[in-house]
Amino acid sequence: MLPIFILIISSSLLCLLLIGISFFFAPKVQNSSTKTGAYECGIQAHEKANRPISVKFFLTAILFILFDIEIVFLYPFALAYREILELKQAVGILTGMGIFLLLFIYGLWWEIKSKALNWK
Amino acid sequence: MGSDFFEFSVNFIKLHVILLSMIALVPLLVWAERRISALMQNRLGPNRWGPLGLTQIIADLFKPLFKEDFYKKEKVFLYYLAPLLAVVPPAIVFGSLPFSAPFTVPAFEWLGFELGPYTFHFQAFHLNVAVIFALGFSSLASYSMLVAGWSSESKYPLLGALRAAAQNISYELALSLSLVGVILLFNSFDFLEIIQKQDKALNFEIFGSGFEFSFLPNWGIFYQPLGALIFFVALIAECNRIPFDLPEAEAELVAGYHTEYGGIKLILFYIGEYAHMMVSSALMVIFYFGGFSFYPFTHDVLLEFFGGELRVSLFLFGVFLMKFFLFLFIFMWIRWSLPRFRYDQLMDLGWKTLLPWALFNTLLTGFLIYL
Repeated sequence: MLPIFILIISSSLLCLLLIGISFFFAPKVQNSSTKTGAYECGIQAHEKANRPISVKFFLTAILFILFDIEIVFLYPFALAYREILELKQAVGILTGMGIFLLLFIYGLWWEIKSKALNWK
Repeated sequence: MGSDFFEFSVNFIKLHVILLSMIALVPLLVWAERRISALMQNRLGPNRWGPLGLTQIIADLFKPLFKEDFYKKEKVFLYYLAPLLAVVPPAIVFGSLPFSAPFTVPAFEWLGFELGPYTFHFQAFHLNVAVIFALGFSSLASYSMLVAGWSSESKYPLLGALRAAAQNISYELALSLSLVGVILLFNSFDFLEIIQKQDKALNFEIFGSGFEFSFLPNWGIFYQPLGALIFFVALIAECNRIPFDLPEAEAELVAGYHTEYGGIKLILFYIGEYAHMMVSSALMVIFYFGGFSFYPFTHDVLLEFFGGELRVSLFLFGVFLMKFFLFLFIFMWIRWSLPRFRYDQLMDLGWKTLLPWALFNTLLTGFLIYL
């Protein structure tokens, strides 16, 4: 764990050093609303950025969490797969996993069929 | 990290050398990308300053340091945090990648101290759950985009950040699911072990009888061609490069989530993006192209030829770099050859094509191993 912490600290310090150098050497910004304000293509921005966004993004994030958890369960199973095959209870374990995978496939099929993934 | 002071300091220096070489590779890759794009578009590219325009990269590095340091007033902390979040996660994943075989140094005496035998790894740290570690940490990069878009207080960055986040999480499913096949195949979460298992002749057992092809290496690509394709496509999407660079589609979103950034902060985003690309090509090499293995000359054969573990490791480091740069070249090649997708096409590809095929690949691999 120690080298990971050292790496996190060193890389953050490196970024802070670069930002710090530019903070001290770069010319200071004059206080003008055109520079510190929101970017717009040549005109004054007339709308705030925190306007409502498409709920589709939120839905995608929720579906991602469901599927990602299912995939995470597959990882340890994949690691132990060859050992499981040599066990006596292999049939039971494989049946369980088969039901899990069937649910996974059914979920994906249902998602596609119910047009939850259409972006048009 | 080390049992005594000598080993600790060697590992400490090595860790920083790996970090700094990652940062130093970025300007070189930018230069290479410019030259390659010029070559593909039949023009010259940077060639004025220094040999082949190589010294241009030094100017590119120092210029942004002296640019005006503007910031957004409302969310200053998040605004400065985002470039940092872009660099740190790929740097950590880069540290866990094995660039060559580990080597042992026998016991020796130095300044009157008895120093025991050491094993040094060609990586910043060696983890036995490196696959999960790399996947987890590299997905943290989408936070930097979200934070950048949110703290910019502007429309285009916000839209770019949302697109980036939705794209990254969608392709992450295909990415992680296509890796299940590799883990089924090599039975390990450890990069070094995965590479060791690929460093021999292609052999497998099916219907109770074994097959061996001595002219082919035991690389993942021969078992998992579909998985490798899905993995590579998902990696390109994770790096936000053309044809999947919707988050920064300049015709629609100016520059995407880093519209409001300039100077060194923008350069930090670039470092993050290229570091992500380096990590991706290294992962591709490790999982599907044998890592640093140089079949038909396996590690034992090379040990006999070179007569020293350190020399073998250095040679294999060169082999790894060759494969690594080949994949970086393919990344650039794809970028300058293909047009951009539309957003709904991109999401369709991720959810309706790559994910079911990755699932099919997993089931097929499991079934074939069962036979």
